[in-house]
Amino acid sequence: MSDNTAHEEPELVQLLTPEGVFTEHPDYPLDIDPEEVRGLYRDLVLVRRVDQEAVALQRQGELGLWASLLGQEAAQIGSGRALRPDDMAFPSYREHGVAWCRGIQPRELLGMFRGVTNGGWDPNEHGFHLYTIVIGSQALHATGYAMGVQRDGSVGENGSAVISYFGDGATSQGDTNEAFNFAAVNNAPVVFFCQNNQWAISEPLERQSRVPLYKRASGFGFPGVRVDGNDVLACLAVTRSALNNAREGQGPTLIEAFTYRMGAHTTNDDPSRYRVAAELEEWERKDPILRMRAYLENEGLADDAFFAQVETESDRLAERVRHECRTMSDPDPLDIFAEVYAEPNVHIDRQRAEFADYLASFEDSGAEGGR
Amino acid sequence: MSTNLTIGKGINAGLRRAMEADPKVLIMGEDVGKLGGVFRVTDGLHKDFGADRVIDTPLAESGIIGTAIGLALRGYRPVCEIQFDGFFFPAANQTFSQLAKMRRRSAGKLKLPVVIRIPYGGGIGAVEHHSESPEAYFTHTAGLRAVTVANAVDAYWMIQQAIASDDPVIFFEPKRRYYEKAEVDTEAPLHAAAPMGGARIARPGTDATLVAYGPMVKTALQAAAAETERSIEVVDLRSLAPVDYDTVVESVKRTGRLIVTHEAPLTGGLGSELAARVTEECFYHLESPVIRVAAFDTPYPQSRLEEHYLPDLDRVLDGVDRAFAY
Ligand SMILES: Cc1ncc(C[n+]2csc(CCOP(=O)(O)OP(=O)(O)O)c2C)c(N)n1
Repeated sequence: MSDNTAHEEPELVQLLTPEGVFTEHPDYPLDIDPEEVRGLYRDLVLVRRVDQEAVALQRQGELGLWASLLGQEAAQIGSGRALRPDDMAFPSYREHGVAWCRGIQPRELLGMFRGVTNGGWDPNEHGFHLYTIVIGSQALHATGYAMGVQRDGSVGENGSAVISYFGDGATSQGDTNEAFNFAAVNNAPVVFFCQNNQWAISEPLERQSRVPLYKRASGFGFPGVRVDGNDVLACLAVTRSALNNAREGQGPTLIEAFTYRMGAHTTNDDPSRYRVAAELEEWERKDPILRMRAYLENEGLADDAFFAQVETESDRLAERVRHECRTMSDPDPLDIFAEVYAEPNVHIDRQRAEFADYLASFEDSGAEGGR
Repeated sequence: MSTNLTIGKGINAGLRRAMEADPKVLIMGEDVGKLGGVFRVTDGLHKDFGADRVIDTPLAESGIIGTAIGLALRGYRPVCEIQFDGFFFPAANQTFSQLAKMRRRSAGKLKLPVVIRIPYGGGIGAVEHHSESPEAYFTHTAGLRAVTVANAVDAYWMIQQAIASDDPVIFFEPKRRYYEKAEVDTEAPLHAAAPMGGARIARPGTDATLVAYGPMVKTALQAAAAETERSIEVVDLRSLAPVDYDTVVESVKRTGRLIVTHEAPLTGGLGSELAARVTEECFYHLESPVIRVAAFDTPYPQSRLEEHYLPDLDRVLDGVDRAFAY
């Protein structure tokens, strides 16, 4: 996999080495105080914990499926913490860390994977759109939304920006490439945040692209940058810069966060069929959390009490997630007919009424499952 | 030689035999290579036929169908896998406006032997876009054939027939039935198998005709078995486009009643088409209106509600009762 050694190329923006040593980057200065740095560490630990619990809950039959973010925490927290409240994010289905940054409760995420809802939160309230499963679709939604932001005159000093998340596989879709082009020709205030985790289910990056993904942007006429996706500080700095450019009217940026999916694609997947263990080991050495912890310790930015407190908090969170998942009740069967249309719809009303009668016929007969 | 196969393994064995018989047969799709597809339907083919014939494509459905059209124009016989029903739609333009129409546009000079395999239907507890029954879009589009299988015997033979067909064939695989088993004689000659265009009487009966296809055939057979007083004939449609109306009409002429069931939403579904046709062709034989037992006209719900959304044994039996209420 020749391209996979490309993380050593000079264009990879990195602020923290895997050993936790900080170096300033001339193009991406980082304005952040120690409190915020500790906050990032806390975020990384807590979202990883939520993710681990969700995987466990799926194994226990409490969730139908889960798409793990293991290994991608830094890309998501770094970019997520770069967002301002009135920015809008358009995620795919693995962006649990970004959701966390947007104030979405873990239980709201679990609902979709448990099968009690097809959505789970109010996108406008959180500035975080619903998870999108059909690959690439949301890149166009983000671009259109950004075109709206532009038309509303919300670009400028206190302007807002839009960010779209997708994977390396998604860069093969027509929709994603159309989004790049619409964003470019309209100079739309949108940031395309590609988490290149090296795999699209079983297909390695070489099956999607012959060029490093960030270079795609130049063909469409806007800047692309590759950032170390396991370095939360670099992800924060690069995303902040791209969002600022967008909101100031300088148009789109493609960020390729070079990272790795350490778990399976989803809980249905078996990565041992297509990838070798050595690859995982190599990436484990670049773990985003270990690196931040080393940095905090080396620089004396956090003490043992801090780490212990994050640990306790993480245990409590895990317990809460488990409890909230297990006690989530099933929706009413008539919810099937809810909110299909904005306007009253006689057709749906009729089917709902017929189905309600049908269900009631079982209650009347008192029998489980009818005849 | 008779082998006990699941539907999934039956398709796999059928693909293998078609690839051995004709070097022009190609498999293409997302994850069809080393992984063997997310349902393992192409398991082992990559290893035995190589990456040139079992192609892991980029993640782009329009690209898969569009390039399959080009390969077919060049003499290949591509078998495309769409990973799940809900992911077909990015390929809709290539399928509906290009693939379906090229033969006629070329006045028969061009052949489009493309197969599009789509695992479809619900009942597996999946997240959204993984449980849809989009067959009506395809049956509404002239130029496409559409078939579906309900057992391993058909799975094995019909995939080979679909590949052998010079028309584009949409091959719907009932994903919740992938693991259903049957004895398959895998060494019989292909021409001896029942043609994929015809319907099959899955269970003879005299009092009503119950038409089903794909995943609902099993439920229909259970319903017929549960009816002790009435004799229900079950027809497995097999071909959705074109529908073998002769078999259905003959059956209804004998029984006098028709119930059609499918997982797809009611309105504009295949059941509506069958009801109209049967009413036209055997109005005077009918003892009751044609009854449709289908899913609701709503988006496929969250998985915790799918047992209510999909027609189950009770709903089918209720439909049978309604047919006898006249
Ligand atoms: C249009 C479409 N085709 C196929 C799928 C099935 N599918 C789900 S995830 C996935 C791989 C996605 O890879 P990538 O874009 O790299 O994102 P990642 O999951 O690695 O984060 C595929 C093929 C889908 N969801 N949508």
